[in-house]
Amino acid sequence: MAIENQFIQTKLTEKFGDMVSNFEDSYGMLSFEAPKEQNLKVLQYLFDEPTLGFQFLTDLCAVNYPDDKGRELAVVYHLHNLAQNTRIRFKVFTGIENTDVYTASKLYAAADWMERETYDFYGVNFVGHHNLKRILNVDEMDYFPLRKEYPLEDQTRIDKDDEMFGRG
Amino acid sequence: MTEQHHITLPEGSIEKQTTTLNVGPTHPATHGVFQNIMELDGERVVSTEQTVGYIHRAFEKLAERRPLYQVTPITDRLNYCSSPINNMGWHLTCEKLLGVETPKRVDYLRVIIMELARISDHLICNSIVGVDTGAYTGFLYVMQYRELIYEIYEEVCGSRLTTNIGRIGGFERNFTNTAFTKLEKFLKEYPKVLIEFEGLFARNRIFMERTIGGGAISAERALNYGFTGPNLRAAGVDYDVRVHSPYSSYEDFQFDIPVGKTGDNYDRFLVRNQEMWQSLNIIEQAYKKVQAFKGAEAEIYHADVPEYYLPKKEDVYTKMEALIWHFKIIMGEVDMPKGEVYKSVEGGNGELGFYLISDGGRTPFRLHFRRPCFIYYQAYPELIKGGMLSDAIVTMSSLNLIAGELDA
Repeated sequence: MAIENQFIQTKLTEKFGDMVSNFEDSYGMLSFEAPKEQNLKVLQYLFDEPTLGFQFLTDLCAVNYPDDKGRELAVVYHLHNLAQNTRIRFKVFTGIENTDVYTASKLYAAADWMERETYDFYGVNFVGHHNLKRILNVDEMDYFPLRKEYPLEDQTRIDKDDEMFGRG
Repeated sequence: MTEQHHITLPEGSIEKQTTTLNVGPTHPATHGVFQNIMELDGERVVSTEQTVGYIHRAFEKLAERRPLYQVTPITDRLNYCSSPINNMGWHLTCEKLLGVETPKRVDYLRVIIMELARISDHLICNSIVGVDTGAYTGFLYVMQYRELIYEIYEEVCGSRLTTNIGRIGGFERNFTNTAFTKLEKFLKEYPKVLIEFEGLFARNRIFMERTIGGGAISAERALNYGFTGPNLRAAGVDYDVRVHSPYSSYEDFQFDIPVGKTGDNYDRFLVRNQEMWQSLNIIEQAYKKVQAFKGAEAEIYHADVPEYYLPKKEDVYTKMEALIWHFKIIMGEVDMPKGEVYKSVEGGNGELGFYLISDGGRTPFRLHFRRPCFIYYQAYPELIKGGMLSDAIVTMSSLNLIAGELDA
């Protein structure tokens, strides 16, 4: 039933050559990456090609790798072919200065809010998105809280006024 | 007193032919914190804009500082109508990353708990749909049977709503005989209740008039919107994670996937009802399988993985080995393997996914929850467009939106 990972890899390399790279079998799921300018072309190809047919966007999120210069942010797409029951993971990396990545919301209606969420937490600028504004955080927020540069509060700090919380 | 207050209205608000109505964030007709700014033409909805995030608690950020076993209580608070499914989903994710194999008995016990949770989730959702169409009786009547389910949770893990049930590798203790007695009681009493509940609604003329055709979505649009769970199945797509990527030995069970046709509120109601019957069926099968274990096998309630499974407290105080492992786990001396996993389970309202990235440390490097209702709530404006305001309320509850999961 399921499409072989090897087959998907061959199809993708045939179509995109060296642009798709870092193929990896991560716990049974094929994972690969492409340059961020190519993300829509790859997604569209995976969507349209009848032997692949990855038409269901399961998940879209970002990851921050602060030490990887020029590739600080990764946008991760989890795609699913429901008929063949195969999942793949597709990543594009972007630098933190210029975070433009093309939006997939025209292809998948589901991507609309997922991209807004990703923008909200990581500041990935989805080019072409019709309504790219914060979704879970307040509009006035001026930073992207899930980036690694904002650590959680030190649990051992003692300078905090606890009276407000009934612990004074 | 003479001072006049000038209210400045937004430009064009007098000339325009529609009414703007603010519903929520805390509105008696919405179950949870949902705000909608609706444009109404008479009583018909022209458009709506949802605001979400009122109870956002930054779970994904919190999880980045917590060891795996401390993330479980966070997952409770996603879809709190069926927390055990979230807990199990998280344990399964960790087990996938750590390479832990669970014994069959653990799998079956988990299946029992997960299916009970599914019943309680669907029961709430369907009875709330009843409330929103004006029938309070069903809701009041079934609540005491949800109580039976909560009592079983209580017997297994000690808590009721936010259960924090189980551990990586299994359960914190074996099911007691009381738990099984309570389960038997539930299995005996519940079918009658469900028949009566269905009798109240399924062929009720008023209920049918209110729900048929409201909030309908085609299978194609539903897939494009990332629908999963009963909402997708009501639109006619038989996608169920339990069948497509079986976890926790679901492949050992015989059950059907009920599907609807039109994807409207009525079909969603029927699909959920049918799923409750299937869940009962699964629980009965699982209970038989659990009873078939004899002797030492009947005492197994966790996998033999001392490096991840927290030992029993008595053992920690009396046995050297257990004390060492306890110390290692609590002080964070057991590192996770590096890797990325995506694991999903069939939650009460759709595919609940966990995307966990580990960099080999003690805590997740990144954890992302695929929250089904966050994804399908996007379709709400499309579902209610052109319908009546009161149908929009029914649609909202029939989508089974849980604010805790929506806002994470």
